[in-house]
Formats: sequence, structure tokens, C-alpha cells
Amino acid sequence: MSPELVYALAGVGLCGIGVSGFLLLSHLLRRLLAFNLIGSGTFLVLVGLAQHRGVPDPVPQALVLTGIVVAIAATALAVVLIRRYFHLTGRTSLAEDGDGRS
Amino acid sequence: MWRGLQVLLTLAACASLTGVLAAAVLSAAGSPPPSKLAEQLAASLGRSGVENPVTAVLLNFRSYDTLLEIGVLVIAAMAGISLARTRSLEDPELRSADTLLHALLRWFIPLMLLLAAYLLWAGGDRPGGAFQAGAVLAATGVLMRLGGLPMDFVRPGLLLRLGLVLGFAVFLLVAIAGAMAGEAFLAYPPGTAGGLILAIEVVLTLSIGMILLALFVAAPVINEHEPEEGTGS
Amino acid sequence: MNQLLMAGLLFTPLAWAALCLLLDFRRGCWLSWLGMLIQVLVSLSLWFAVASSGGFFYALAGWEAPLGIALRVDGLAVTFVLLTAAVATACGLHAGVYLDARKPWQRYFWPLFWFLWAGLNGVWLGADVFNLYVGLELISLAAVGLVALGGEAAALRAALRYLFAALLGSLAYLLGVALLYGRFGTLSLAGIDGLLEGRDPAAAVAVMLMLAGLALKTALFPLHGWLPPAHGIAKSPVSALLSGLVVKASFYIAARLWLELGDRLGSQLLAQGIGMLGAAAVVWGSWLAFRQTHLKQVVAYSSVAQIGYLFLLFPLSYAVAEPVSLLAQQGITLQVISHALAKAAMFLAAGNLILSVRSNRVDALGGVSHFLPFSLFSFGLAGVSLMGLPPTGGFAAKWLLLQASLASGQWWWVAVLLLGGVLAAAYVFRIYRATFAEDSDSDDFFHPPKSMEAIPMILALLALGLGLVAEPVLSVLALPFEVPVDVAAVAVQP
Repeated sequence: MSPELVYALAGVGLCGIGVSGFLLLSHLLRRLLAFNLIGSGTFLVLVGLAQHRGVPDPVPQALVLTGIVVAIAATALAVVLIRRYFHLTGRTSLAEDGDGRS
Repeated sequence: MWRGLQVLLTLAACASLTGVLAAAVLSAAGSPPPSKLAEQLAASLGRSGVENPVTAVLLNFRSYDTLLEIGVLVIAAMAGISLARTRSLEDPELRSADTLLHALLRWFIPLMLLLAAYLLWAGGDRPGGAFQAGAVLAATGVLMRLGGLPMDFVRPGLLLRLGLVLGFAVFLLVAIAGAMAGEAFLAYPPGTAGGLILAIEVVLTLSIGMILLALFVAAPVINEHEPEEGTGS
Repeated sequence: MNQLLMAGLLFTPLAWAALCLLLDFRRGCWLSWLGMLIQVLVSLSLWFAVASSGGFFYALAGWEAPLGIALRVDGLAVTFVLLTAAVATACGLHAGVYLDARKPWQRYFWPLFWFLWAGLNGVWLGADVFNLYVGLELISLAAVGLVALGGEAAALRAALRYLFAALLGSLAYLLGVALLYGRFGTLSLAGIDGLLEGRDPAAAVAVMLMLAGLALKTALFPLHGWLPPAHGIAKSPVSALLSGLVVKASFYIAARLWLELGDRLGSQLLAQGIGMLGAAAVVWGSWLAFRQTHLKQVVAYSSVAQIGYLFLLFPLSYAVAEPVSLLAQQGITLQVISHALAKAAMFLAAGNLILSVRSNRVDALGGVSHFLPFSLFSFGLAGVSLMGLPPTGGFAAKWLLLQASLASGQWWWVAVLLLGGVLAAAYVFRIYRATFAEDSDSDDFFHPPKSMEAIPMILALLALGLGLVAEPVLSVLALPFEVPVDVAAVAVQP
């Protein structure tokens, strides 16, 4: 088992933790952080799995760069929405009708 | 108790999901080597205009992804400016009172700007490039904001919108220039790839820095409001 | 010629987005009329070009796949590009009149609109799994931005729910892409198709992840919770765009994946299971639409129901004979087109009705049948297409799906199709009953401008006439398509 494969499996673990956090938590910022965990886990799988034979491959590295930028944009949009929502209502979760899922 | 059962079920489901994913990863790793993409890439690197293969992939081979991704950034920035309804930039409560940071800024800012320029230049043949440099530029702006320096250039107005869209617009113009010259969309005319990539990266750095900074810095209060359709006046 | 058309198609929405960002709402509106005209002309020309000479791969930046990104310009793709041009133009024209130009945030409407259009075109033409991810993100963020534009707390709640659902779906899809690249070393869908042989656990998990993420983004039952608030609360032209086009983008990718890779990676259990979820969506969505008290929520839940029909593609194209699968694909294509036209017409007409009675409740619509018959008629025509009565496109689609169900021996979908039509009639007639009610003496109706009433009527007439022109539209799908040399080279392993 090469080191890169360990990264990939760690990424899988992060995804699992992120998904459980997203489903179980109700505070909006924490759910956003859970998303970022899932995103980081996915990027780890992308670079780890593709390069597990030890040969550096620029394509997944470029894909991860793109993915990070897209994740930043989405996270920033979510943060702005959450900030304005909090400013208008004083609430930090969507759980008005009791469900924590999307 | 019902909640505890729910939590347990969710955790069990996530654990099994993790197990399935791990099995998939191991199965994919155990399979025979995939297609010969890496060799094709190494063979074409010379014609791409840069020596760093990641930059070549980002700004030449898969430049359409990069173009759309800049679009995504611009969307987030637009949504940020249009929604932000927090206190004004000039609100004294939001300005930092950290005089140490304010004093250190006169050392930090030139160094960070130099670092951003280095990262941009280095992207040609070693790790670096527009995104990294843009992120450092944005971090510089954030430090300035935290240190209490006035930042008029991020006040929403024509100048800010121009800064946001400049990188994207230049990239798009280069893309259509290639098509006008008879090649495909986003293709660089032969021999000009290196210079065009550098030009695109420079404006991209400025734009990305501005976008990330605009997302961080609050915009002035918008006092207007629009009721939901069919309710109110 | 094809090169120029493709470049124009890709360049125009992005360029207009950049330009409109620098202008305010009014000037952006005038500029956008020009842009919409250009896009419609380019889309039409491209459709005719493909209809006459067949499809082709378009290598972006001059690099062929798998090194670069290739766009797949086939009959299905250009049909949807044309559909997007029609529906987006209608919604854009309606929005130019409907939205309040004086609000300071309205200037961001046009850039978001054009980015949404660019993303949609990118998805229809996409053949590279990672490029499709970036296109999906472009669409999702633009859509969330449009939902939240200038909104109050309720709109922000809906936008946040939408954003979380969209992000979760995108990340599931991206994880699938990561597994596919790790397994096959190529991001081109055609390349993966060439390398895949029989059952492959990593690829199966990857495709199931991607399908799950895309189902969440398409609001398939039971993952539909985010759709009614978002589509109900957005401004009417935005709701029309979202229900008509945006939810179809993720479905399109799911359909492409299933049609190319599903025969080796799918299973009868999975196919029938997805079909069952679609059937449940039809019944549950229609039932909830019947019980809503707000007009736009009725239309939004109707979207949930109609989306259920789309997922009948999965059982009807798995392990069936080739002609039956083709019937199912044609039926689903017609269903997508007719639903896009009809739902956009419905939302735009609903916006006119709400503007007229100054309330968004169903029971406040009393008396509007006298005053705003034109918009009400468009609403009804669109409803006829949703019910699936001849000669509408909805009928033609259902007819093809019925034939496919019977020909493949899966007669239980016939019940779903017929029941869905009856339930759609129920909630459409409920709206009509409310408009004919004469319980209030108030004469206080606001009359929207004629142009705003004409647009949903045109869309509804298009949906009506779609059944009549279905033949030439569908013939484009069966056109020959070139196979590029490099795909064959990738598939041949030493």
C-alpha cells in the first residue's frame, strides 16, 4: 500500500465524517464546514488514487486546483447567505420544520 | 431516545458508505494501469507554451474548465455584493483596534505583494500560478482590512465591478481571438501560447485577488427591500 | 462554418455576462435583447447544421480528448441548446418587464442570467465528466444567486436549502469522477465507455454515487425537499428558468451516464428502483400540488411530479431491445422539451396572475377569469400539456413511453402514466375553479402589460404544437455521429 493510497483512504474517511456531520448537525456554519470536509476528502481521493503508483500526474493536480476554487466560491456564497440570514432573523439554523436534511 | 436512535442509524449508514467507498478505492487501485494520458501529456508539453505541466493543463489543455471556473468565482462575488446587508465599511466597531498589526503592515504588505508577484512568475516552470498569487493578494487585502487601513477600492461601484470582470474578460477575448484566427475556441495561435498565458495569468491574479477580497469585505447597508411576490405593496 | 457557430455559441453568453455586469438593469436589458437574438440565431443555425450533416466532436483549445476537452455536438445536444434558447429568451423578455428596475441589486440579474445560460449550454454539449462538474456548479451557483437576489428571510432560507442540496449533489458527483479517473485514467465519457468491460466494482460505485448526486440535484423523490421553497419563492421568470431548464441539466447528465455505461454497470434492481421512485414522485408530487394554498407552490410541486416521469427512462432503457430503448429515449426527450415549455409558460402566467390580484394565494384568484383571460388561458394550455392530452407534446411523450412500457413487458408503468395525467388534471382544474369563484365583489385588478401576457401564451402554444412537429424534432436524434480516431486508439490497449 503506497503512501498515496493511504491519502486516498484518508480522503474516504473524511468524506464519511463530513456526510455524517452534515446530516446530524443543524447549525448552518457547522454544516458548511462539513461540506468543506467532504470536499477536502474528495480532493484527497482524486490526487491519491490517480497517483498511487508513484508517478506524478499533473491532470488530477490541476483538477483539484479547479475544484478548490469552485469550493471557495460556493463556500463564500454560502457564508454570505448565512450572514444575511442571521442578520435578518437572528437564527443560525434552517430547522424550522424540524428536519436537518437538505 | 428517538433522537439517539436516529443518530445511531445515521452514523451506521455513514460508516457503511465509508466502507463501500474504501472498497471501491482499493478495487480501482488494484486494476491494471489506465490509459496513456500521462505520456500524451508529456509529448505535448513542449507545444503548450509553459514548462510547468499543471499550468499547461490549467491554461492550455483544459482551459475551458478554467474559464468556467473563473465564471463561478465572478458569480459568487456578484452574489456577495448584491446580498451583503451588514454594516458599513466605515463603521468604527468593525475596524480593528490592533495597533501592532497596523504598524507591522508596513512590512507585511510589500513582502506579500512581492510574494504574490513571485508566485505568479514562478508558475511558468515550477509550482505556482495565477490562483496561488491571487490568493496571496487577497490575503494582503484582508490583513489591510483587519489592520484598519481604508479600502475605498472595494466599495461597490463601477471600479469594483470592472476589477471583478477584468480577468474573465481578457481570458474570453483571448479565447475568441483564437477562434477568429480560424482555430477552435480557446486555441492559442501557434507560437503565442507562452506570452498569452502569461498575460492571462497576470490579469487573472488581479481579478481573483479582488474577488476573494470583495467576498470578505462587507458592503454598505442596502436599505431597500423587496417583499415576496403577491404580498405587501 | 461549424467552427464559427460553436465559437459564437460558447462566446456569446459569457461575453454578455461580462458586459452586463458593467451596466445597470435597463441598459443590460437592451443589450440582452441583442444577445438573446444572437443566441437564438446561432442555436438555430447549429441545429440545422447538425440536422443536415450529422453530429461531430468539437475539440476545445485545439486539443483532442482525452488530453483536452471535447464537446459532443450531436442531435440531442443541439435540440436542447435550441430549447434553452427558446425558453431563456422568453424568460429574459418577461423578466425585463416584470422585475423592478429601480432596486439596486437588480443590476446583477442579467450577468447571473447569462452565466446560467452559458452553464446550461456547457452541460448539454459536455462529453467530459469533470467539465460537466464545473458546468453543474456554474448552473447551481447562478441559480442560487437568482433565487436569493434581493430576497428577504424566506428567500434566503429557500436559497440556503437549495445551495446545500446542490453542493451535496455536486460533491457526490465529484467523488464519482475521482473514482472514475483513478480507475480509467481518462475524463472523457467516450473514453471511459471504450475502456469499460463488464462488471467493475469501482466504476459501479462511482456511477451510483454520481447518479445519487444528480438525483438530488434533479429533486427526485424523496430528495425533493429543497425544490418547492426555492421555485415557489423566486421571482416568476427565475422560477420558470429553474423549473424549465435547470433541473433538466442534472437529469441530462444522469441519462447520458446511464445510456452509455448503464448496460454494463447497472442492474435490474437499480433500474426498477429508480423507476419506482419516479412513480412515487408523480403520485406524491401531484397529491401535494393539489393541497397547496399558494399558487406558485402548486406549480412547484407539479414540477416535482413531472420530474418523476423523466426517471422512467431508467427501467425502460435497461436490458430491453434496442428499438424499445430508442422509443423510451425519444419519449423522455419529448417529455423534457414539452415540460420545459409548459412549465415556463405556467410560471410566467402565474406571475401575471399574482401581479394582477396582488396576492399569491389560490383562493384570492376569484374573478380573475373575467379580467385576465389571456394569462389564464396560457396557464390552462400549459396544464393541458402536463395532463398529456393530444395534440400536445406531453401527449406525444406519454404515448411513446406507453409504447415502450408495453413493448418491454413492463406494463406497470402504464398505470403510472395514466394516473399522473388524471392527477395533473385535478390540480389544474382546482386553479380554474378558484378563478371562476365570484365570492368577492372587488374589481381591484392590476392589468399587466400586453407583452407580459403574450410571452406565456407563445410558450404554451409551442408546447401545444410540439406534438405536431415531433417527427422532425426526433429525427435529429437518430442522426449519424462521427467517432473520433483518438477514442478508438485509447480503447486499444497493448
